[in-house]
Amino acid sequence: MALATRTDRRPSITRTFWGSTVGKKTVMAATGLVMIAYLAVHALGNAKIYFGAGDFNDYGHWLRVMGAPVLHREWGLWIARVVLSASVILHGVSAYQLSRRDIKARSTQYVHKRPRASYATRTMRWGGIILGLFIVWHILDLTTGTVHPGFQEGHPYQNVVDTFSTWYGNVIYIVAMLALGMHIRHGFWSAAQTLGVGNATRDRVLKTVANVLALLLTATFISVPVGVMTGVVS
Amino acid sequence: MKLTLRVWRQKNADAPGAMATYEVDGISQDMSFLEMLDTLNEKLIVEGDEPVAFDHDCREGICGACSLVINGDPHGPERTTTCQLHMRTFEDGDTIDIEPWRATAFPVIRDLVVDRSAFDRIIQSGGYVSAPTGSAPEAHATPVPKADADYAFEHAECIGCGACVAACPNGSAMLFTSAKINHLNVLPQGAPERESRVLDMVATMDEEGFGGCTLTGECATACPKGIPLPSIAAMNKEWLRAARRAGRR
Amino acid sequence: MSYSEYTTGEAVTDTKAPEGPIAERWDRRRFEAKLVNPANRRKHTVIVVGTGLAGGAAGATLGEQGYHVVQFCYQDSPRRAHSIAAQGGINAAKNYRNDGDSIHRLFYDTVKGGDFRARESNVHRLAQVSVEIIDQCVAQGVPFAREYGGLLDTRSFGGVQVSRTFYARGQTGQQLLLGAYQALSRQVAAGNVELHPRTEMLDLIVVDGKARGIVARDLITGRVETYFADAVVLASGGYGNVFYLSTNAKNSNATAAWRAHRRGAYFANPCFTQIHPTCIPRSGDHQSKLTLMSESLRNDGRIWVPKAKGDDRPPAQIPEDERDYYLERIYPSFGNLVPRDIASRAAKNVCDEGHGVGPGGQGVYLDFADAIKRMGRKAVEAKYGNLFDMYARITAENPYEVPMRIYPAIHYTMGGLWVDYDLQTSIPGLFAVGEANFSDHGANRLGASALMQGLADGYFVLPSTINDYLARNPHHDEVDATHPEAAAVVTETRERLERLLAVDGDRTPDSFHKEIGELMWEYCGMARTEEGLRKALDRIPQIREEFWRRIKVPGTGEEFNQSLEKANRVVDYLELAELMCLDALHRSESCGGHFREESQTPDGEAARKDDEFAYAAAWEFTGTGTAPVLHKEDLVFEYVHPTQRSYA
Repeated sequence: MALATRTDRRPSITRTFWGSTVGKKTVMAATGLVMIAYLAVHALGNAKIYFGAGDFNDYGHWLRVMGAPVLHREWGLWIARVVLSASVILHGVSAYQLSRRDIKARSTQYVHKRPRASYATRTMRWGGIILGLFIVWHILDLTTGTVHPGFQEGHPYQNVVDTFSTWYGNVIYIVAMLALGMHIRHGFWSAAQTLGVGNATRDRVLKTVANVLALLLTATFISVPVGVMTGVVS
Repeated sequence: MKLTLRVWRQKNADAPGAMATYEVDGISQDMSFLEMLDTLNEKLIVEGDEPVAFDHDCREGICGACSLVINGDPHGPERTTTCQLHMRTFEDGDTIDIEPWRATAFPVIRDLVVDRSAFDRIIQSGGYVSAPTGSAPEAHATPVPKADADYAFEHAECIGCGACVAACPNGSAMLFTSAKINHLNVLPQGAPERESRVLDMVATMDEEGFGGCTLTGECATACPKGIPLPSIAAMNKEWLRAARRAGRR
Repeated sequence: MSYSEYTTGEAVTDTKAPEGPIAERWDRRRFEAKLVNPANRRKHTVIVVGTGLAGGAAGATLGEQGYHVVQFCYQDSPRRAHSIAAQGGINAAKNYRNDGDSIHRLFYDTVKGGDFRARESNVHRLAQVSVEIIDQCVAQGVPFAREYGGLLDTRSFGGVQVSRTFYARGQTGQQLLLGAYQALSRQVAAGNVELHPRTEMLDLIVVDGKARGIVARDLITGRVETYFADAVVLASGGYGNVFYLSTNAKNSNATAAWRAHRRGAYFANPCFTQIHPTCIPRSGDHQSKLTLMSESLRNDGRIWVPKAKGDDRPPAQIPEDERDYYLERIYPSFGNLVPRDIASRAAKNVCDEGHGVGPGGQGVYLDFADAIKRMGRKAVEAKYGNLFDMYARITAENPYEVPMRIYPAIHYTMGGLWVDYDLQTSIPGLFAVGEANFSDHGANRLGASALMQGLADGYFVLPSTINDYLARNPHHDEVDATHPEAAAVVTETRERLERLLAVDGDRTPDSFHKEIGELMWEYCGMARTEEGLRKALDRIPQIREEFWRRIKVPGTGEEFNQSLEKANRVVDYLELAELMCLDALHRSESCGGHFREESQTPDGEAARKDDEFAYAAAWEFTGTGTAPVLHKEDLVFEYVHPTQRSYA
């Protein structure tokens, strides 16, 4: 006797992905990896600050003309901006929707609390929110200069040194970078699991890579404000 | 031993619940945790109170009925089922908190008893091999590499108790669902339904209101049968493979 | 008239087993059975009570065939039925080892192992079907143990000379049950099986002499409801929990079977209970159940007790010459590997004489010191590691250093509802499968045969015989809750529950359960005497009377009420216990799990009396506490000729 099964009609692949917790996690994993790749490049760029204002400003200028002559001025930058914005938005919206779902799925908490249970989840959620806010500030501070008193268009070196000459600039930046480290540490490993790369034998390697990546990126980013504070960069 | 118990009491699904405090005396170290509760219940009945309702059946760690969160840990501080947890784990004079599994998909029925039928519905949506009785080929017709058979067994050990959901801060059923998918998908007998199985079971898991996975690993720590955390990654891989293939058709 | 003055009624002559050579009977029966047209099957409803191996397999298979199945279990999920706890394995006459096994040998071993108290035709069919079970389970994805070549591994079990036991580590029952559960789940999804978990059958509805439905209580809401069908299948398991302490699940119970018996189904050989020798002993009065450890431990462990009575020195301080390796002493050729019933009885004897060890002197040592010396700790660990861990978890003793303590425990009941070759009880339309029926194991069940029988009944036998009944009994009359018979049963059920709630006495259901259990263990346990059984038969009505005077059940019937569930089950134990004692009293021979001290050979072994007792005793209910009627079904042995067992 033939059995009616639910496999007869399948939704479209987009619906399958966006409609499923596993699919949405895949979106987060993929966009997360895009952002990590971007951050790696960003960190390398930042390191140029140690070679003086000229080098650093040249690098800032190059960002606008990269891909030339194929790409028109700033086209490369805009492509990167679009890809990154899409990643941030997809990552954020997925995270928001999944978190809402997760919170709803455990509507009653235990009376006897166990802090460790939600450590990773909490770090990711709060870390994500901190990072989201930081990105906004960071753009307004160093890209548009909206919240940057005395912002000088075309002089990124000076602007960076300016920002890190204020206590709040340093605090915001360092806190955000620590959050970033934590976020990458769990996020990278987590993305590997979501994309099905993880298994028992590979687990150690993946965790090590996640830790090293998190540490390197955080250290590189934090070294800039520390450099300004200690006068290595001025 | 003398103990103070703080137990979740709730008359029925709709009634509000609260922790109630009881003292129990004369507890032997050799008692199982459930026998300790039996002692409490015998006392409550004689005193004219209603006994604490809790699920239990085989009391040898295999049926998966027992489901208590003890001091915040599903099945208590050791990696085992509640029925195999013994009172020697506790000290005289301890205060022990006992709560039901907490997950929106597992509504409380009474006191410490919850409704886990959502698990059955996940299995119903694909956690089987379609092999009508009598249609089976000779058992030795398809050899299964020992490594695959062992992998299947390791995941088939799941007892469906729901500790993974209870431990997960997101009330996620990923470990439970992945255990069945990995059990069946690795075997040649399960191959023909490999894709529909994972897509349908994950979809049902979502429909039932379980949360998503944030890979906290709490589920695998709580699992009395040691279903490993990479089980989830393996299911994700199966799901991605199936979703891609479904998209191609 | 007292209960023990039973009368003997008409003998059971027609068991529906076909004539002819034994190997052809099952084919013949299947061919002669009337079939139901596939298009008409949907119109037939079959109720299945229980979701263990037999019930789960039956529900899945009947659903697949197109019948409308309505299935019940008291657990929150069908996956929790107690078949899940079976450890060892499942027998099948595959002869994959080329070690001389065959269907006929499995048949022979089972009849002989059952001490010649089983029906040959049924046992032969069981052996035939065993082969198909393995194929079916493998196709379902049951992860049996395999060898490096990818083929199925087998082991020898329970002292059998061939290697015919298929297994999945120590969790064979779990894996087979999950296979059946998954097949059942598939039918639930397909809409062929309507599942009612947390619903307990409380009575049977018989209309015009045929089983037409059940009364069941929704354990969450407490609602008592009726369900109707064209046939009812009981797959509700055994009644070992009469003894309170057993290896059964806490909630396993006899209510469905006993209520069917009260409505007219014969109950056969109730005194045939199996006691497993290697269980972990009780640690005190709080003990709520017993845990079994695989019998395979006796392959390497040596069983002993101190020679001195009441010797409470730690085992390590008892020198070799002050130890009594009693099995090796009494049975020099079989030693520690004597069959289950003999090992159990010997343990009881030495403990009764005051040599027992551990709390209450209810235990004997199972010592691996010699095995560790001989094989090395590593090898012992590889072979028995999981069992040693389980023992250590429960007792907090390290069995690598201190000998294990073991004691026998009630484990399986061979008796059950009488069924014919079609698995139909004496009520037309009421079928019983698995441990709930009495059919295949005689007076003693062999290891790894319970899983085989449950699945044989559920997957293959019942689905091929029930159609004959359904085809011959088309029910054109709709029966519903307004039918006077149905209404009467519902009223009776409600009144019983209300009465339990109304007594408001001072004793808990468990206290009565413990009391009847201890009584049964004492007088109807491992060794039975006329005097003891008569004592028990005197005492049971008194306990029953006290029960109805002093029982206390808190709460109401209209809610989730575990005390009410328990009390209602105890009501039935208090009647079933009486029948078990009577059956044990009337069968003044020893056979298999039933040992009457009056019937021993000169060297203390069980003495069967084939000329008097080569029959199955099918009892008919006449009323609570009134003498039942005995119907004898003579057992004819055409292929396996009865011999006396000897292990000395």
